[in-house]
Amino acid sequence: MFSEYFSAVDFLLLKPAILLTIFGIGVMLTDLLLDERQKHFNAVTALVGIGFAAVQMLRIQSQMREAGVSEVEAFRGAIVLDGLGIFFIWLFLISTAITILISFRYLEIENEHHGEYYAIMLFATVGMIFLAIGMDLITLFIGLELMAVSIYILAGFLRGDRRSNEAAMKYLLLGAFSSGILIYGMSLLYGMSNSTNLREIGSALSQRPLGDPLVIMAVVTIAAGLFFKIGAVPFHQWVPDVYEGAPHSITAFMSVGPKVAAFALLLRMFLEPLGSLREQWEPLLIGVAVATMTLGNLAAISQSNIKRLLGYSAISHVGYILLGLVSGNETGLKGIAIYLLVYVFMNLGIFTVVVAMRRRDLVGDEINDMAGLMHKNPAMAILSLIFLLSLAGIPPTAGFLGKYFIFLSLLETGHYTLAVIAVLYVAVAIYYYFRIVVVMFMQAPLDQELPSISMGIRWALGITAAMTLLIGLYPEPFIQLASGPVLAILR
Amino acid sequence: MTWIHDHILTVVLFVPLAGAILLMFLPKENKNGVRWAANLTAFLGFLVSVPLVFWFDSSVGEFQFVEKVEWIPSIGANYSLGLDGISLLLVMLTTVLGFIAILSSWTSVNERLKEYYFFLLLLQTGMLGVFMTLDFFLFYVFWEVMLVPMYFLIGIWGGARKLYAAIKFFLYTLVGSVLMLLGILAIYFTNRDQTGEATFDIVTLQNLNLPENLQLWIFFAFFVAFAIKVPMFPFHTWLPDAHVEAPTAGSVILAGVLLKMGTYGFVRFSLPMLPDASSHPAVVKFMMTLSIVAIIYGGLVSLMQKDWKKLVAYSSVSHMGFITLGIFALNPNGLSGGILQQINHGISTGALFLIVGIIYERRHTREISEFGGLSNVMPVYATLFLIVAMSSLGLPTLNGFIGEFVILQGAFEENWVWAAFGVTGIILAAAYLLWLYQRTMFGPLDNPKNKNLKDVNFREMMTLAPLIILAFWIGLYPKPFFRILEQPVAKIVERVRPAYYAAHPDAFGAPARLNAAAQPAASLETEAAAVRSAKKRARASR
Repeated sequence: MFSEYFSAVDFLLLKPAILLTIFGIGVMLTDLLLDERQKHFNAVTALVGIGFAAVQMLRIQSQMREAGVSEVEAFRGAIVLDGLGIFFIWLFLISTAITILISFRYLEIENEHHGEYYAIMLFATVGMIFLAIGMDLITLFIGLELMAVSIYILAGFLRGDRRSNEAAMKYLLLGAFSSGILIYGMSLLYGMSNSTNLREIGSALSQRPLGDPLVIMAVVTIAAGLFFKIGAVPFHQWVPDVYEGAPHSITAFMSVGPKVAAFALLLRMFLEPLGSLREQWEPLLIGVAVATMTLGNLAAISQSNIKRLLGYSAISHVGYILLGLVSGNETGLKGIAIYLLVYVFMNLGIFTVVVAMRRRDLVGDEINDMAGLMHKNPAMAILSLIFLLSLAGIPPTAGFLGKYFIFLSLLETGHYTLAVIAVLYVAVAIYYYFRIVVVMFMQAPLDQELPSISMGIRWALGITAAMTLLIGLYPEPFIQLASGPVLAILR
Repeated sequence: MTWIHDHILTVVLFVPLAGAILLMFLPKENKNGVRWAANLTAFLGFLVSVPLVFWFDSSVGEFQFVEKVEWIPSIGANYSLGLDGISLLLVMLTTVLGFIAILSSWTSVNERLKEYYFFLLLLQTGMLGVFMTLDFFLFYVFWEVMLVPMYFLIGIWGGARKLYAAIKFFLYTLVGSVLMLLGILAIYFTNRDQTGEATFDIVTLQNLNLPENLQLWIFFAFFVAFAIKVPMFPFHTWLPDAHVEAPTAGSVILAGVLLKMGTYGFVRFSLPMLPDASSHPAVVKFMMTLSIVAIIYGGLVSLMQKDWKKLVAYSSVSHMGFITLGIFALNPNGLSGGILQQINHGISTGALFLIVGIIYERRHTREISEFGGLSNVMPVYATLFLIVAMSSLGLPTLNGFIGEFVILQGAFEENWVWAAFGVTGIILAAAYLLWLYQRTMFGPLDNPKNKNLKDVNFREMMTLAPLIILAFWIGLYPKPFFRILEQPVAKIVERVRPAYYAAHPDAFGAPARLNAAAQPAASLETEAAAVRSAKKRARASR
């Protein structure tokens, strides 16, 4: 009777998400048995869960390869696992795993080491996975909310810290508001097409006359909701505040996982149902992209708090990624995929350094807290330099590769002015990233306290730095990797 | 031996980097150990580059010692290296100056030694890569890589306003290079559209025929990048700051090698890839005007400097103006002079910065008014300074004369007014250098702080000696240098002005001359006969 509604494929595709959920609940249960000093077992459990999910992903991929299919549908088309989905799921698993690595020492220092932290992080990852593979408005929205609600909680995880509470509250209010706008746009889509399936909506929309006010309304509201989620101008105000107030490790997580997930949703929405309406949203997107780059880069210049600075820098990166969507050709989409891949590693890398700056009596989020890092811990200073160069897009680091494809795609599609604006902001970015470098390399240390380096931080730094350099020096396999999702979209 | 022969460029390129990495494992406390390791690496870097001179065949027009390994096949970028006459000279200049710069820092730098030498060696690899690579993508990578160590050299070991100077240097160069990146991508993309093949190969792209309109745009993008690097007149403001604040070795490298990347860029990329834009009358006029302004303005500003090092820095602006003047004369004389003058400027100005460095290390000031009568206490120093100054101002028998003479000859061929303006630069150079010499070396020794200055020691003499030998060599017997340049210059001229050699059959690098030169045993008569027959052929073809 059951098999009338569900098939084996459905469960197979969901296995990674199911495993993550089970381990999340498991962490909550075992947490009750652990005493105060054994809390790091929670992190281990969560990592094991991610490992299981990763193994499951590998198996799904190998089965797809054996069957010779590039895309699998489940739940009657509500879920589609294609190259894009697989690529994004891997990014989520990596981001979550690295965040867990940098978390446990930090939570000990903050005296907030609870199992829920890891459990909620796993639930957020499940939400993200649904954003990457959902092909149905309802599925996507539930995935989005699962992720968002988890992050609201995590942002306010330092219960005793007013800034953390404020960040969570702000994020909750603005996030709920933006979800409301988004679902309003989705309801319009449903109204016009009588379907919640993205592909059916797409074919229904392409039948509508050009300049239909309903369509424009739907495009604008959906775009606004999505721009909120990725933190694009003019819906960016929450980014610096929330980044500053949230626990360091959660800021690191937010800047990669949920952001990449929001981009997955954005790409799906703009390329599947709204793909035929390119003329209508392209000018809008150009304006938003330029404004985002401009504001992100210029506002970052004057920041003294490193988390705020990285918040604005994250905004500017959103601008660059949106430019890839503006050109929208194969190079541009490849650029987006590579940019996101690189961004995960370099951004987590620099945030790992910030997390290590949190010491017993020091919040460690002012730029000056990094003074003299070169004398205290040369390795960490040099790795930070690599991350910052990569964020700015200086070769031979990975960051250059993402920008390379974006710039090339802009020239290919004839957006010359945009290309010039985009490259010139690289020089602005170097200016503010190097303010951090100056403090680390050219100023004397303010105190003698060394950065708090745990095993997890060491691994996180090693992995992120190695990937940032490897993708920059030997990019070929990663370009191949990014071609998969692009083929899936352009199919 | 054959392995070395086939991979010599890779070896030359990575010896400094390997040394830099080894250096990181030495204990920080062992300062002399670090110094020895860095100096030996730099010397080794020079030694392995020496065979290039002997193995290089100047009668071959193609790139030599070519190495090509696939790097990013999906976008058509390769790890590909190769040398022609132009890059051979610049590579040799880099390895010589790189070693001298490191040797000159033995006593002048005492803090954070490991990092200092690490950055210098890293910089060395970056610079060599820029001159060696035959892949545009790889070129851009090296071009940018080199900014970072230079930033730190100025920013950590520099003078009072080091942070300002360092970031100014970085940002100026970066603005230029990102625009250049767009130019590179435009060429790459157009080539892919025309031929269907995605490649960054410089040799292939040099034969690409772009529409003139596009050429002008790309020329402009390249111009900004290279003009900032040279620096040409309105883009020069970063140079005095960077030079004055940089440590001596940094200045030597900056003036000696980094500035040459701009002129190298013009010669290697702008001219052959964008021949219509480069020979567009408006562009030529524009470049010539900027060059002349730089020559005269740089000279005048040097004349009024109170700071010794700043004077030398501004003199660079003037001298680099000569180089661009020669290049954009777009004839064999101008080009070959412009390229040789790059080497000359590296030698003379590098040596001038060493001279300033020697006195700065003793007195910790560079105010010209603080000095006077130094020739009484430092006779050897005064003699060396005299030779270097003469080489810089273009005294015959020294290198500067040869380069400037040939450049002016080339400029004169095109328009005598340009040459006339250019000559004023030589006069100005004589004025500011001789006046500087008079104020510092002659006159009464009235500043008590100068009374007990020690003359140059053996190590300092060794930093200057190779440069002075080279200066005399080029001044007295420049023929081998021109021989090396003949083939590549001819290629560029043929590309930019295809009709030039038909009209000037005995010009430098003309096919007739090349054929004669290819037979070393040929007597004067056969050479003359070859010229005559070439003339005949030219007449016949008309």
